[in-house]
Amino acid sequence: MEDISREQTDNPSLLLMRGIVKQFPGVRALDGVDLDVRAGEVHCLLGQNGAGKSTLIKVLAGAHQPDSGEVLLDGQPVRLANPTAAMRQGIATIYQELDLVDGLSVAENIFLGHEQATFGFTRRGEMFAATRELLARLGHGEIRPSTEVGRLSPAGKQVVSMARALSHEARLIVMDEPSAALAHDEVMNLFRIIRELTGQGVAVVYISHRLEEIREIGDRVTVLKDGRTVAVGLPARTTPTATVVSLMTGRNVEYVFPPRPTGGFGDEVLRVENLTVPGVVSGVSFTVRAGEIVGLAGLVGSGRSEIMEAVYGARRATGTVLLNGKQVKLGDTANSVRIGMGLAPEERKAQGLLLDQSVARNITLASLGRYSRFGWLNRKQESDEAERLVKALDIRPPDPNRPIKTLSGGNQQKAVLGRWLVEGRKLLLLDEPTRGVDVGARAELYALVRRLADEGVGVLLISSEVPEVLGLADRVLVVRDGRIIHEAPATELDEHHVLDLVMDATPSHG
Amino acid sequence: MTEVNPQKVSAPEADEQARVEAAAVAPSGPGNGRLALGRIGEARHLGLLIALALLAAVGLITAPDTFATTSNMVSLLALASTIGVITVGSTFVIIGGGIDLSVGAVMALASVWATTLATQAYGPVVMAICAILVGTGAGLVNGFLISYGRMVPFIATLAMLVAARGLAQRMSERRTQLVSQDNSALVELSTTRVLGLPLLVYIFAVVVIIGWLILNRTTFGRRTYAVGGNPEAARLAGIDVRRHTMLLYALSGLCCGIAAVIIMARTTTGSSTHGDLYELDAIAAVIIGGTLLTGGRGTIIGSILGLLIFTVITNLFILNGLNTSDQLIAKGLIIVVAVLLQRRSLQTAT
Repeated sequence: MEDISREQTDNPSLLLMRGIVKQFPGVRALDGVDLDVRAGEVHCLLGQNGAGKSTLIKVLAGAHQPDSGEVLLDGQPVRLANPTAAMRQGIATIYQELDLVDGLSVAENIFLGHEQATFGFTRRGEMFAATRELLARLGHGEIRPSTEVGRLSPAGKQVVSMARALSHEARLIVMDEPSAALAHDEVMNLFRIIRELTGQGVAVVYISHRLEEIREIGDRVTVLKDGRTVAVGLPARTTPTATVVSLMTGRNVEYVFPPRPTGGFGDEVLRVENLTVPGVVSGVSFTVRAGEIVGLAGLVGSGRSEIMEAVYGARRATGTVLLNGKQVKLGDTANSVRIGMGLAPEERKAQGLLLDQSVARNITLASLGRYSRFGWLNRKQESDEAERLVKALDIRPPDPNRPIKTLSGGNQQKAVLGRWLVEGRKLLLLDEPTRGVDVGARAELYALVRRLADEGVGVLLISSEVPEVLGLADRVLVVRDGRIIHEAPATELDEHHVLDLVMDATPSHG
Repeated sequence: MTEVNPQKVSAPEADEQARVEAAAVAPSGPGNGRLALGRIGEARHLGLLIALALLAAVGLITAPDTFATTSNMVSLLALASTIGVITVGSTFVIIGGGIDLSVGAVMALASVWATTLATQAYGPVVMAICAILVGTGAGLVNGFLISYGRMVPFIATLAMLVAARGLAQRMSERRTQLVSQDNSALVELSTTRVLGLPLLVYIFAVVVIIGWLILNRTTFGRRTYAVGGNPEAARLAGIDVRRHTMLLYALSGLCCGIAAVIIMARTTTGSSTHGDLYELDAIAAVIIGGTLLTGGRGTIIGSILGLLIFTVITNLFILNGLNTSDQLIAKGLIIVVAVLLQRRSLQTAT
């Protein structure tokens, strides 16, 4: 390699984590993780959803306390009791959703919480000077310290976050998917800044799903799977993609998927033509037939959820959506429901449930018109229907009057699906239907989705877990950068192939 | 391609956060939740009833000759009915996740509009209809600004409060407008008694009953809880959240119009000074009644009990010849205590 000096093989470890275990009630999120980060390197952390990356960086940030294992900084054991303690040790974490205060200036954000502590002055002029110096160090002298942060672009905000990390004299900066919100040239700029920082001896822990980025910026890679480290210190540029992908793909839990139907599918239920959501989805076209489950595979931020929301009318879009051959008015969810669509949204609690209310009321929410005449509810009919659905879905405990927030994730999800188990549904849109659902309940949800399809409903499914898409869907559309880049029957794809498609390949932007 | 046998495809374990979350929401004992929820509901109203009983006891002790008399009870209810009707509307708006600060001003405007010479020429029925239409119209304007103009409810209704008060002052030229002799039928709502109670108390009761029925027995009521509890979930479940929000403010305005009819009957006047600070009393009553200001929870009965507590306190202070300033202090304390108690019962129950 032309840049072998960057691999810094002789450097001693700046951060050493050994055998980190973190147990949550009923779940072992980290089960003996090792991490070894050297000064001046970009260390990439790879792993599928649920591998333990986010728990690990929360341990590093002092937000979680490990149950066992040790953390050494410069060879000395340290205890990161809380975020402030971690910061004092020189560990700064930049989360994906940047925690900046939009209403404050750049300088105020950078020195928020340590206006005096570090520098011992509060005078505006000096704070501005220090801010200018930090921004210049990051190569962004053009950002003015007095600018309100809310007016900056995502890239500008990221620079401010990094300046803040530097203001704490960070020796180790953890970045959680920093490129997710950035355009291509902004990513290049980010990389330039990262190189500048590592040149000054700062270590960076870099989390990204995009292998091409890791190849470009990374020095070494650690791969996590199911809460364990499965590979330490692989060279980022030379390890073949196939090796990385096979390390990430797990074979630990077996899911049972329902059999696919033996006959063909029915008529076309959904036809989408040239659907465009500005900046996110560009000109997507596809179809779903009655009885068919179509899976959208792609990373978070690929545009898959936006496609679904645009079809449902929950997001502004242009293009044509036809349901049973009739044009759908875009941007009107009430109309979409009326003509036979139903959506189980990605964020179950924030977008799906009325947490304060009973299971029954959550189930009947979308179909109140069926149990009423001129707006007057037939409460007997409503509660009978709720009871029937609770039984049919095997919601446990089988009590329709129980507050829904006391149910487990799987049972809550069944209630959200149950909302659409009424006559006349033609198309169901399921965004991450098994998120937060334990393994046992998953199998039930899979069977339920298949049963709905067998009854003639068309299903559009999103899942971050590739095996789930492959196991449940009949046909798979691979989404990347707001486009459908591949389409094939699920039986003709395998996990490696799909992961390759969603993660790697040549960048299509820029 | 199709397969007959169940496929076995393996997958990585569930999303870690999700696993954690699922584990954290451990199921409680069987039937537990239902009982707990029932208990909150009962306890909340029970607490209000106890508070009301305590206040009545105080009344019996401190003013034995005057408190428990029929005339005092009647005047107490008549006093409560104006704000009471408004409180019903406010309960809907607040459960729906909004707030209406303009209620007092809108009622004043409706009373002034209905008592102008031009309106009075058409007789008492038209006057009443006029008051109701003016109230509903103002409510629709609020609702339109909030739903389709995307204004914050606090700001939109604050603007309406100021503007409606101003318009009422212009129309009346800051003079109190008397209900004329020809239209004394309107005043009879307060003087005619059925079973010892003035007619306007029956109007209040009918509004409460209809409000309760709408909130608990219709799709509109059910959707109000959904829109206030989780607007995004309501929208994704196919509820037209904007239209619903607009209707909630129109309903609140309608109640202000009805309240205007009651206050015209009680005072025989229409005035731009009617209903000063009613918005605060109405909101306080709703909060004491256990409705969350964040929306999605609450009851009409609670609001009415909250209002009665407020009214009885006022009554006790007047009967005992106490300072009105102390009365305000007492009301402030009641709000704080009520909210603290509710928070406590919510915490212990969940």
